[in-house]
Amino acid sequence: MTEATVTSVAASTRRGRGRRKAGTHHGVKGFLFTAPFMVLFLGFFIAPLLYALYLSLFREQLVGGNAFVGLDNYKDGLSDPDFRSGVGRVALYMVVQVPIMLGLALVFALILDSAKVWFPRLFRVAFFMPYAVPTVIAALMWGYIYGRDFGPFADIADKLGTSPPNFLSEKLMLWSIANVATWTWTGYNMIIFYAALRAIPSELYEAAAVDGAGAVRIARYVKLPLLRPAILLCTIFSIIGSIQLFAEPQIFYAIAPQVIGKAYTPNLYVYNLAFSDQRLNYSAALSFLLGLIVFIFSILVMYMSRRQEETR
Amino acid sequence: MSAVPTATPEAAAVAQPEARRRTGVAPGAGRNIVPTLFMLAFLVYFLMPLVWLLISSTKSLDDLFDSFGLWFRGFHLKENIQETFAKDGGVFWTWIRNTLMYSVISAGGAALLAAMGGYGFAKFDFRGKNALFWIVLGSVMVPQTALAIPTYLLFSKVGLNNNPLGFILPSLVSPFGIYLMRIYAESAVPTDLIEAARIDGAGEFYTFRKIAFRLLTPGFVTVLLFTFVSTWNNYFLPLVLFSDEKWYPLTVGLAQWNSQATASGGSTAAFNLVITGSLISVVPLIIAFVFMQRYWQSGLSAGSVKG
Repeated sequence: MTEATVTSVAASTRRGRGRRKAGTHHGVKGFLFTAPFMVLFLGFFIAPLLYALYLSLFREQLVGGNAFVGLDNYKDGLSDPDFRSGVGRVALYMVVQVPIMLGLALVFALILDSAKVWFPRLFRVAFFMPYAVPTVIAALMWGYIYGRDFGPFADIADKLGTSPPNFLSEKLMLWSIANVATWTWTGYNMIIFYAALRAIPSELYEAAAVDGAGAVRIARYVKLPLLRPAILLCTIFSIIGSIQLFAEPQIFYAIAPQVIGKAYTPNLYVYNLAFSDQRLNYSAALSFLLGLIVFIFSILVMYMSRRQEETR
Repeated sequence: MSAVPTATPEAAAVAQPEARRRTGVAPGAGRNIVPTLFMLAFLVYFLMPLVWLLISSTKSLDDLFDSFGLWFRGFHLKENIQETFAKDGGVFWTWIRNTLMYSVISAGGAALLAAMGGYGFAKFDFRGKNALFWIVLGSVMVPQTALAIPTYLLFSKVGLNNNPLGFILPSLVSPFGIYLMRIYAESAVPTDLIEAARIDGAGEFYTFRKIAFRLLTPGFVTVLLFTFVSTWNNYFLPLVLFSDEKWYPLTVGLAQWNSQATASGGSTAAFNLVITGSLISVVPLIIAFVFMQRYWQSGLSAGSVKG
């Protein structure tokens, strides 16, 4: 971007918002405030990213060493069955897990906000608690709980004289992983929604209550529309998180190697390509493709959300 | 690019912690048994794994295999803890120390950088400000692998892999912290106050240190807590970065113990130590959470109320 456009953007926002701002002679100082962050951001974010971009355009060849191959790695990635099945799997996971998790979080938050339950404080703290558990440890724990050796499900099934469902089988694995994520993150999202609900001035729905609207109607017609921004934010963060799924399948690999394999999720595949197979150039290209997919999904969600708002 | 919606100052004002706490409940509200039962059912779901962890860490390895998962058999918690800390020459202590060091330094540094940067973005105009801000925000969408692997490659060239700085320096970069502090500074620090300080001849950094920072403290604490937890929980970057186990954080160390235990299998495997180690690394954060609820809520609301 040229300097001229940057300044004109800055100038137009200044006019547009009409807010009182410090004069330009303070500008340099303002930049100095952001500079320490920016230096680290350049060094430990932008630089590795550019390096990965550079790597992704080359290929290690038996003859001739490192050769520039343009977008060939990307083309290979798009037709790589391992990468495609991984993307398909996390997409399926996302479509199922994100609505369940956010739906539950929303219901919990609305219930807590309506002050219709006993022990609201207990529920709030207890539901949020799994967020304090690192994903790795959550996966370890659930892995044991799912298993036949230490798991309560297996014990109960034994008592009943049946065999427990094999949570780590090919059929159930994805949903067992989804459960770990739901367990860890639902409370976190609930707290975000709850905080947003608490910020709604109560006059807004006291009026509706006077008109005879019940709690459910108030939730549906007054509270939900006001929660839209918080829901959008949580949806986008959840999408980013589910496409990047890594820790759970990586931990479950130890207990179910045949089911997980090397490419269960795209991130796991990229990791294995880089560290087991030493195919750094190809793995760099795949991580960029993955970033692009995350970007497309996020834009799609924002677009749909805007469309919905316009039709209301 | 707009991964995270921009916030308006009005929204931030609404979101200001404790600013509009409602008093009392809506008229006609009565407690109801049906939603309470619904919530109780999920209480069981959310607490069950933690209860399992607590109970299991009191069992000897043999009892782990033989007894019902959700009830006690014997009491070996003390022995388990002793064994956990003694295993592999006391490496668990090292992992705890590492995790604390990484989390404390990253959290303090990231929160300070975010407070300064957010203040700079909120209260000053400079060339390219908006472009910079959007680039920072857009970075939220970059997958961790896209970053961790080249970071590892670059760091191994300059000898920063197997070095605590290799993990700490990238952890100091918190784009979400910058976003949060910008919104927070816009509403919490009145521009008039800064102008007044200027008229009195105070330098910009003096003003920030003595006036603005005090007003920014609740936001600062929120970013501090977030970065602390995300560094404490981070798995991918340290997994990629460290090959020497003396630099492992708890997450990577426990995962390694787990795969060793699973690989050796049977009754010689140290599953009881993986379980006890997990309990030990979870307890401090849970306690911190229960006592710092207020900060979590206010901070989260500041970041997400309005789009």
